[in-house]
Amino acid sequence: MSAVEGFELGGRRWGSRLIVGTGGFRSMDDLERALTASGTEIVTVALRRVDTLTSNSVIDVIDRLGLFVLPNTAGCYTARDAVRTARLAREAFETDWIKLEVIGDDRTLLPDAVELVTAAEELVADGFTVLPYTTDDPVLARRLEELGCAAVMPLGSPIGSGAGIRNRYNLRIVVEAASVPVILDAGIGTASDATMAMELGCSGVLLASAISRAEDPVLMARAMRSAVEAGHAARRAGRIPERLYAEASTPVEGLPDLG
Amino acid sequence: MRVTVNGRDLELADGSTVGAAAAEVGIEPSGRGVAVAVDGEVVPRALLDSTVLSDGQRIEIVAAIQGGAL
Repeated sequence: MSAVEGFELGGRRWGSRLIVGTGGFRSMDDLERALTASGTEIVTVALRRVDTLTSNSVIDVIDRLGLFVLPNTAGCYTARDAVRTARLAREAFETDWIKLEVIGDDRTLLPDAVELVTAAEELVADGFTVLPYTTDDPVLARRLEELGCAAVMPLGSPIGSGAGIRNRYNLRIVVEAASVPVILDAGIGTASDATMAMELGCSGVLLASAISRAEDPVLMARAMRSAVEAGHAARRAGRIPERLYAEASTPVEGLPDLG
Repeated sequence: MRVTVNGRDLELADGSTVGAAAAEVGIEPSGRGVAVAVDGEVVPRALLDSTVLSDGQRIEIVAAIQGGAL
């Protein structure tokens, strides 16, 4: 069995289970080299007011690498703003896909569940493929799936915190209950966090800061690629149960009497 | 007439279109990754040059930037 196995998201087949955000890179060159090293196929970008268009923009880099643009609603605090941003993104990129973020608090950047559900309902009704950034609350995840989201994307820990997966138990429950892909979104600090997400049964991992703010973003991108592949392979391979005491792997019979 | 583009006041000839307003501030509004809203409503690409503005309207021109949470 091949270690790397694709997955379906939003009605399309993808080879890489790593989705990469574009925020925080120190240069366009770092961004381009890191995206290549990560092996990602889907890249997320934000929308902001522009006064002039720069020549080597983030979109030029993504297009040059032939990657899929996943616009996000970063910076939106209300359902109304998020829906409007999604519609702008649809026009800007000619895509129905939207990474829906509706933030409830500027210190934790945690999602606002009420606004998130409202926005998701409206966008699903409007024909969008909605990928919502959510908390690790299994009930909220179920609600998002039921209303027609193409995936659920629970956080591991707050955005940019690098604190990894704070509640593995909740994440396991989210994964167990979901019939759409679960993609861990936010909180990844290093490779083992990404591996853990995949071992817990996530279909993919979305991260940005862990790569973009690493001392060597290209090397970290490569590490994340391996980490996601390793975690996914380990999940499929079926790990041994965790025990408190030792379990000998060598038979006791046939031991020579050396006394 | 007077409109605002990305929060800045702009004086335009009566009957100006969204496309003309964008051109006035030096942005190609039909470029890839660019989108325009007038008073919060998205203007479809195909209608940029036929949507006529009226006095006091707020035009927002956005484009892709690096970023997003996570």
